[in-house]
Amino acid sequence: MADITLQGINKSFGPNRALRDLDLEIKDGEFFVLLGQTGAGKTTTLRVIAGLEEPDSGKVLIDGMDATDWNAAQRDVALVLQQYSLYPRLTVRGNLEFPLKSRTQNFTPEQIRERVEKAAETLQITRLLDRKVERLSGGEMQRVSIGRAIVREPRVFLMDEPLSALDANLRDVLRVELKKLHNELGATFVFVTHDQIEAMSMGDKVGVLNKGKLVQVGTPSEIYNNPLNTFVAGSVGTPPMNLMNGTLEGGQARISEGFSLPVTAGGAAAGQPLKFGVRPEDLVLESGAPVEGRVFDVEDHGVIKILTIDVGANRLHATVSAQMKVALDDAVRFGWKADKVLLFDQKNGLNLAYA
Amino acid sequence: MPTNNMTRLDPNSQAASRGLSDLSIRNLFIIPTIAFLIIFNIFPLLYSLGYSFTDFRASTNAPAKFVGLQNYRDLLNDPFIWKNFSITAKYVLISVTGQVVVGFGLAMLLNRTIPAKGLITTLLLLPMMLSMAVVGLFWKLLYDPNFGIINYFLGLGKFEWLADPDMALWAIAIVDIWMWSPFVMLLSLAGLSAVPKHLYEAAEIDRAGNIYTFFRITLPLVAPILMIAIIFRTMEAFKTFDLAYVLSSQPTTELIAIRLYKMAFQEWQTGMSSAFAYIVLIMVVAITNIYVKYLNKVKAR
Repeated sequence: MADITLQGINKSFGPNRALRDLDLEIKDGEFFVLLGQTGAGKTTTLRVIAGLEEPDSGKVLIDGMDATDWNAAQRDVALVLQQYSLYPRLTVRGNLEFPLKSRTQNFTPEQIRERVEKAAETLQITRLLDRKVERLSGGEMQRVSIGRAIVREPRVFLMDEPLSALDANLRDVLRVELKKLHNELGATFVFVTHDQIEAMSMGDKVGVLNKGKLVQVGTPSEIYNNPLNTFVAGSVGTPPMNLMNGTLEGGQARISEGFSLPVTAGGAAAGQPLKFGVRPEDLVLESGAPVEGRVFDVEDHGVIKILTIDVGANRLHATVSAQMKVALDDAVRFGWKADKVLLFDQKNGLNLAYA
Repeated sequence: MPTNNMTRLDPNSQAASRGLSDLSIRNLFIIPTIAFLIIFNIFPLLYSLGYSFTDFRASTNAPAKFVGLQNYRDLLNDPFIWKNFSITAKYVLISVTGQVVVGFGLAMLLNRTIPAKGLITTLLLLPMMLSMAVVGLFWKLLYDPNFGIINYFLGLGKFEWLADPDMALWAIAIVDIWMWSPFVMLLSLAGLSAVPKHLYEAAEIDRAGNIYTFFRITLPLVAPILMIAIIFRTMEAFKTFDLAYVLSSQPTTELIAIRLYKMAFQEWQTGMSSAFAYIVLIMVVAITNIYVKYLNKVKAR
């Protein structure tokens, strides 16, 4: 078990700066999720932690010890990749044994068998043990590669989008299992994903990466309710937060080319150009509400409906109960929960609550 | 219709305007090849099979007499022929093993980022492009006991590489290794670069040592293509003629191809040598089959 600290990590690939001055702290036993778009530097961060990539500058600390010059083997981490990377031509058992069988390890055959069988049981792949890995389905392969990580009993589990190559049902199942596994093992997990649902549902802590920089770290609810800036606000939540330009005048948000509604926060920001952010579920549709809009699109998700509403030049998303009867081009009236509206600086996108 | 699955000719193309159909274009390409094969390969093959049952000599006008399996019986009972076979086997073993070790080693060295990799690869491939006879002639100079550069560098004085009955076969094998290791290297390199990099990373993470990684990941994945290289080189080494013929005329370097040549074109025992050629053919086919069986097994794993 270990905590991990990254200090001022820089890493470039040719002219591309993959990581810029990245600081990160992951506590022992934490399920830490790195969330970001393709190319944000998530995988590079993970590889730097794993010791597969050497940072140009900066330090990697594991358990407080400087591990920057350690190689992957010395760091005692396990890595699960999106592309499974199972060893071909071996059986499932062969793959699970692989990390234990190397000359540098000193395990007796009984110990190996015991560990392999325990891991197989945990992941429910006991019946597959003697099968060749080429004959497995995607979900089974990913279980095996997770199993290969487990048998080692490493200090840290690193997972690089392990679920993105799986189909939706399987992803849900494995998501729950991974979470359970984390509870059972109590090891530190670092999980990389571009899927914000995965991030929010699995992480104890979520770190949002953008262009090689860590934008915000926090619990999922912190990230969701109090995003540091408009980037985080836009990258978490489906549909994303509604962001509208406007100004604040006397406790009223004046949305440009749109409407005015009251807000509770940010009296000091009066007059300056702002972006107002409101989550789709914080828009309230009811007759007699102050603003009128026109329904542009309706997505029925079963439990909820997601409406796209045009108001002046603004296009807003709102989630409403699935029972609500609404059709395209209907005129609807809405308001918002004034205490849930966030104010961002229009120029640098920072949440004014953090300023 | 046999032409159903062929690509349709564009009706506006030049070929079409000349009135060529798909079928006639296909024939245009295939018939010369088939004719060539029949005239120069299949016909002689069958004709020599016929000769192998006679005492025919191409140097005389005497009519061929049918002798049944007598040629085969004589050949297989001839201890000198078996000597030729064991020399050949030894030569194949030395030369192919050497080529695989050197070629695969070079491929391992080249399968990483090094400066001027392309240039080095090209230079290493050059020996393969030379003519066998030319290679034989200049290695003869290199091996020369009086002014050869090899003895000079190794400080061997007047050591007679090619005249020494024990060393001559090794000397020829060394030339063959020099010439054909690049071929094994080229194929191995293709195999090595096809091994996914993430497997090595996974192995590194799994704390597998270099040797363990090599035998558990690299070798099994390169094995099929390496096997193909070995098949090619074994067949070639088995029928080596020019290199050995140019370099040395020791009895200890009399490979079957040389014996066959002498039998056919110096002793003019046409019928006997046809039978000999058939024995060699059957052996090559048998050896190749063993390899192919093994290759399929490797691939199936």
